[in-house]
Amino acid sequence: MLEHIINMRFEIAAVFLFAIGFMTLLHPNLIKKIIGINIMDTSIFLFLAAAGYVDGRTAPIVTGLGADPSQYINPVPSGLVLTGIVVSVSTTAFFLALTIRLYRKYNSLNLDKILLLARKGKEKV
Amino acid sequence: MTEPNGRFSQWLRGETDLFDEARSLILNQDGVPPADPPKKKPKRRKTGAMLHRRYTMFHILFVTSCILLLALLLSAVMDLPTFGDPYAPSSNEVSDRYVADGLEETGALNAVAGMILDYRAFDTFGESTVLFAAAISVLFLLQHRTDSHRHAFAPVTTNENDLILQTAVRISFPFILMFGSYVVLNGHLSPGGGFSGGAVLGAGLILYGAAFGREGLSEKLPPERTSRITVICLLIYAALKCFSFFTGANHMAIEIPKGIPGAILSSGFILPLNICVGIIVACTIFNFFLLITEGDD
Amino acid sequence: MLPFYQNLPFFSIMLAMLVSIVCPLVKRTRPCYNLTVLATAMLFIFSVIVAICTGLQGESFTYQLGHFPAPWGNELRAGVLEGIMAACFTGVMLLSLTGGHQDFESDIENGKQNLYFLMINLLSASLLAQVYTNDMFTGYVFLEISGIAACAVVMATQTGLAIACTIRYMIFNSLGSGLFLLGVAILYRCTGQLLMEPLHNAVMLLSAQGSMVWPMIVSLGLMTVGLAAKSGQFPFHSWLPGAHSNATTTSSAILSGLVLKGYIIFEIKIIVRVFSLELLRQWHLTDILFLFGVGGMIIASLRARKEEQAKRMIAFSTVAQIGYIYAALGLGTKLGIAAACFQVIAHAFTKTMLFASVGTLIDVSGHEKRLHYLRGSARRAPLAGAAFTLGGLSLCGLPLLAGFGAKYLIANASFYNRYLTVAMLLALAFSSLLNALYYLPAIINFWMPPLEDYPVVRSDRSRRFSLIAFMIVNVALGVWFVPIMNLLLHGIELL
Repeated sequence: MLEHIINMRFEIAAVFLFAIGFMTLLHPNLIKKIIGINIMDTSIFLFLAAAGYVDGRTAPIVTGLGADPSQYINPVPSGLVLTGIVVSVSTTAFFLALTIRLYRKYNSLNLDKILLLARKGKEKV
Repeated sequence: MTEPNGRFSQWLRGETDLFDEARSLILNQDGVPPADPPKKKPKRRKTGAMLHRRYTMFHILFVTSCILLLALLLSAVMDLPTFGDPYAPSSNEVSDRYVADGLEETGALNAVAGMILDYRAFDTFGESTVLFAAAISVLFLLQHRTDSHRHAFAPVTTNENDLILQTAVRISFPFILMFGSYVVLNGHLSPGGGFSGGAVLGAGLILYGAAFGREGLSEKLPPERTSRITVICLLIYAALKCFSFFTGANHMAIEIPKGIPGAILSSGFILPLNICVGIIVACTIFNFFLLITEGDD
Repeated sequence: MLPFYQNLPFFSIMLAMLVSIVCPLVKRTRPCYNLTVLATAMLFIFSVIVAICTGLQGESFTYQLGHFPAPWGNELRAGVLEGIMAACFTGVMLLSLTGGHQDFESDIENGKQNLYFLMINLLSASLLAQVYTNDMFTGYVFLEISGIAACAVVMATQTGLAIACTIRYMIFNSLGSGLFLLGVAILYRCTGQLLMEPLHNAVMLLSAQGSMVWPMIVSLGLMTVGLAAKSGQFPFHSWLPGAHSNATTTSSAILSGLVLKGYIIFEIKIIVRVFSLELLRQWHLTDILFLFGVGGMIIASLRARKEEQAKRMIAFSTVAQIGYIYAALGLGTKLGIAAACFQVIAHAFTKTMLFASVGTLIDVSGHEKRLHYLRGSARRAPLAGAAFTLGGLSLCGLPLLAGFGAKYLIANASFYNRYLTVAMLLALAFSSLLNALYYLPAIINFWMPPLEDYPVVRSDRSRRFSLIAFMIVNVALGVWFVPIMNLLLHGIELL
């Protein structure tokens, strides 16, 4: 059992990171929420990258025609992680732009306070 | 002749209020139609203590669901194939063909580049579109339409008189650009590719922009121009890929040379695609920097 | 060379993407708007052709994207169901766009309107891609596109409340996508496949052998929860009322009517093609879906009664209707899935019509959003009032209207499920009653004598045309729901 846990250390670490990121979403501060979402995405990349590794094999840069697949790791999860990282960067940039606009308008980074102010402002109209 | 006097006709003419009448029948109030919304029970003003109390309930639910999720995931992960197992289901005929036949079919020594830009190119096209959509959204939010937009886009920094930084950047900037271009161009021959190379190029541009302020790149590359460059590169990417998908689906043989291993000008479409992606990523990252640091007075 | 119609799904997706990429280069609003409408009209025609041709052929086809066949390259797949759904989505999009061009000029900042159309086109592209895709990871990428585009559409008015609601929507979107990607990653780890057909074979093999069953269950659960969070299903719906009520009228219509449905169609494809209904019933996941669906139906309707603002009330009603769809999925039979698809079509047309008509009523009442101050607005804009009346009655379940057809088909499907019949019938009855409790007062409120005398305002021709078209389609759906249901069942057989 312990040996299995040590063997699966990357996947277990990924799951704990996911839970930590999820818990960080609880905080009302917007920047912390963004960091939490980033931690969750990174944990999924760790999980995916660990899915591709095979013991004793090397990175999939082949040297010539007729390469032997049993000498290289699985290239598919690496491609998936590439896509995931770009998507994560895009959503983080979008979040930060929204945060900047909200901060300029309401001078606060606390999402609950912002929603309260926004709704009150709306009713005055 | 008298007018019809039924309740419906009265309502139609605007003399009575059907809803208030119904309400007065049900609620037993006097039938004077209120001009303002009926007063609801006054809500307690949300004081700090109220906010805090409401959050405790929400906190508990959230923490419980997080612990549940953790337990579920841990139990699922325990049953998965062991890390590093050569006989895992993921090492199947799919990955074998990418590695074994990748060079011959796509011309890329880098099996991952061959996979994302040739075998599974549609996913990469979608991913570039995600980056583009995020860039446009940031542009939408943070771009000011002022007449003197030339001044509005200069990042305001305190580094304008920092001699050490400017000298260091002047020396290192060409090398950064060279390294970024090397990574982009060699994407199919070694680890690298459009995304990582583009990130390096973008970082170099940001460094130059941060060090030199107004006289820097922000005049030559304002967000409108970088957006236009991004759009054109994405269109070129889309056109190349459309051609490839259409000819592939209809089983039409293409005449694009498959490529010689080890030479830069090879591997069919992968080199132009890498260049397009590199430019898109570099422009997008620089755009983010310009828009986010603009107007920090 | 393939028959021409088989290229159409690919052409549809690429046309929508190319038009959206070109939008920033088209600076003036009018040409950009015309381009978008023309592209959406072409997409509608393509989808109808695909539906008709696959119906006549009697089988679905796969389309290879590139030079490499199934497990190595990407694929699209189209059949009767995909064609009908794509036609429905593009049709609704076309009608809302034609009816809404006054909105764009008034609500969105000048000079940025072409960026708004970019996002609308991206929404079309991602809807079509989610309908036609045959690959889990492509589906994930287009889920992300849809999420970012939908958030950009919500924030387009740039008021403070809109941006705050957008950030909450974006948080739920990211959470949903993260959960979905984790599900796909676990499934890939178990099976080594990403395309739906090889994945199905691998899943069947593993479950027959009894190995790695629990990770597969967890993976399906994560994917379903992710998609449910993005489509506003009951426990994860808190972002929906704020986001949908603070967008422009056309944006609310498109968001409520279409964006949520794309995720649901993708979920249906995962359930039917990758995992199969028998497995879901065996794993009791259908019961969980049913429970949450019924919860959504009732709790959202209860919440909608307390709403003072018109658009927020309709947004809560959306949550309830999405609950119907998940409850129908939870019945676990092909008839249930077909009923869910019919409810998707009915709701797409009805909710869009409701938002468009309420938008008109708000516009003729001096942009006042609260229900009480909208009293009598239907007398100023009679066509919008009639459209709202029809839509509200349809959602309450009046016969000859689309909503009745949907409820009837869901009830019919529940008869074939031994345990859930009584629960489903009770839930349908109770939620219809609750729907009536907030739609009927609103309808009466709109037709009451107004507080002050405003002149009758005629909205422009295109808005009137689109409202009339929506009303006609609603009645058509309500009258001919049996033939449409048979078509949908046929499509699900071919899925």
